[in-house]
Amino acid sequence: MEFVRRALHGDLGRSLRYRQPALPLVLERLPATAELALAALFVSLLVAIPAGVISAVRRDTAYDNLTMLGALFGQSMPVFWLGIMLILIFSVRLELLPTSGRGGLDHLILPALTLGLYSTARVTRLVRAGMLDVIGQDYIRTAQAKGLPDRRVIVKHALRNTLIPVVTIIGLELGTLLGGAVITETIFAWPGIGRLAVTAIFQRDYPLVQATVLVTALVFVLSNLLVDLLYGWLDPRIRYT
Amino acid sequence: MARPADPVHVAVAHALADAARPARRSRRRRFVSALVRKRAGVIGLAIVLLNVVVALSAPVLAPHDPLDQDVARRLLPPAWLAGGGAEHLLGTDQLGRDILSRIIHGSRISLLIGLLSVVLSLPVGVGLGLLAGYFTGRLDDVTMRIADVQLAFPFILLAITIAGVLGPSPRNVILILAVGGWVVYARLARGQALSLREKEFIEAARGLGGGSFRILFRHMLPNVISPIIVVGTFGVAQMILLESSLSFLGLGVQPPTPSWGGMLNDGRAYITVAWWLTTFPGAAIMLTVLGINFVGDWLRDLLDPRLQSV
Repeated sequence: MEFVRRALHGDLGRSLRYRQPALPLVLERLPATAELALAALFVSLLVAIPAGVISAVRRDTAYDNLTMLGALFGQSMPVFWLGIMLILIFSVRLELLPTSGRGGLDHLILPALTLGLYSTARVTRLVRAGMLDVIGQDYIRTAQAKGLPDRRVIVKHALRNTLIPVVTIIGLELGTLLGGAVITETIFAWPGIGRLAVTAIFQRDYPLVQATVLVTALVFVLSNLLVDLLYGWLDPRIRYT
Repeated sequence: MARPADPVHVAVAHALADAARPARRSRRRRFVSALVRKRAGVIGLAIVLLNVVVALSAPVLAPHDPLDQDVARRLLPPAWLAGGGAEHLLGTDQLGRDILSRIIHGSRISLLIGLLSVVLSLPVGVGLGLLAGYFTGRLDDVTMRIADVQLAFPFILLAITIAGVLGPSPRNVILILAVGGWVVYARLARGQALSLREKEFIEAARGLGGGSFRILFRHMLPNVISPIIVVGTFGVAQMILLESSLSFLGLGVQPPTPSWGGMLNDGRAYITVAWWLTTFPGAAIMLTVLGINFVGDWLRDLLDPRLQSV
């Protein structure tokens, strides 16, 4: 109870190792994790939405099968292994990108890809399933019967309605990304909350561990609230009373 | 106390209720044909079976003792590269241990933890979910709020925190994964129970004086079992990934016990000189998880096509 009272006042105790209040230590690392998670989210949406849409439109073709197989691979790949393999190929062999640390865009590419792959795979499957659902609806047939070009029907009529459940998933996906950041940050020595949490655990710095977990949960809950509000804006039929 | 039900009526009602469950024989026939149709399912099943066989007969199959160190033969490359030999097909690690043997032995930990954590969490989740969905009210509120709270924390973060506090050991990993896993099953079972309780055959069973226990386990459970099996299959894959993540972070299975995640963690320091330390154990994880996911996909198409992405 005492802990809850103080936590509500923004006092999460002092880090045993840094001998400083824990909360500012965590907040200081927040931008780095946010940058990484948002970049990963951006990458996965950029890939997943077109891939899912094309897969649904060309259902059961070789493209579709290949995409779905790829998505299943993506969902089966351990995040840390993917990270290590990317480092091995692009940093060690090809020497194109830096192996670790935070800096310019070149530092962001590999961690964002690593973190984003799982979400990419999941969102691709979801967009495809949603599109298939929508394409079967009467109003799509109506739109086609009106003589609208296919592209317009797909983008304006079908995709728009598919995006609503996708937006919900994005909120949940953020949880996956924040969690995955723990591992990705460890591999790429990214100075974010995740790595702070892992080192704090190994140093038995429990107040700091507590602070990282609480802040992460708070960010997750707040972003889901944001997503819920966005939901109402996307679909005017939904009203919060 | 209600009048004791007429035995004939009870029999009829139960026959009606049973008819609501899918017939067993036609389901078995669909099993076989779908298995043949779905190549991915077959491949997945083959991978899973191979894994089980390898795990069970690891001491016989492994060419070397997975703990046997030989510093003179450390970091040997795989057999097909210059410097490698048939002695160590996939090379050796930084302590001269045979990588193939360690991967073979590592499959035991992965499968054991993956299976056990689901076996422990699934019945609890399904039971709580069914109870919550059937009785609703206070019980439902409490269960679902606990589930919500748990979902508010990214699972891996919670897992590493608990592992850090409890100390790393295979038993603790299973415990953590089981505690984290029940929510999915509870939510699924609750949703199904909520809709099932309004169905006629449940009403019939209730009208004939069937007790809550009987209704829950004899009439509701068989109807929720297919989606549960599908989600449980994906759950095993998920748990294997999580276990390897924990071991990779050093919070799961501890050295010298060979585990795939732990091998990756060890090999990370040698990434510039010996790629095989990290590549092969990771490939083993991916192949195993992929195989289970294939099986899950196939089971879903077979048992419950309505379940979309889980």
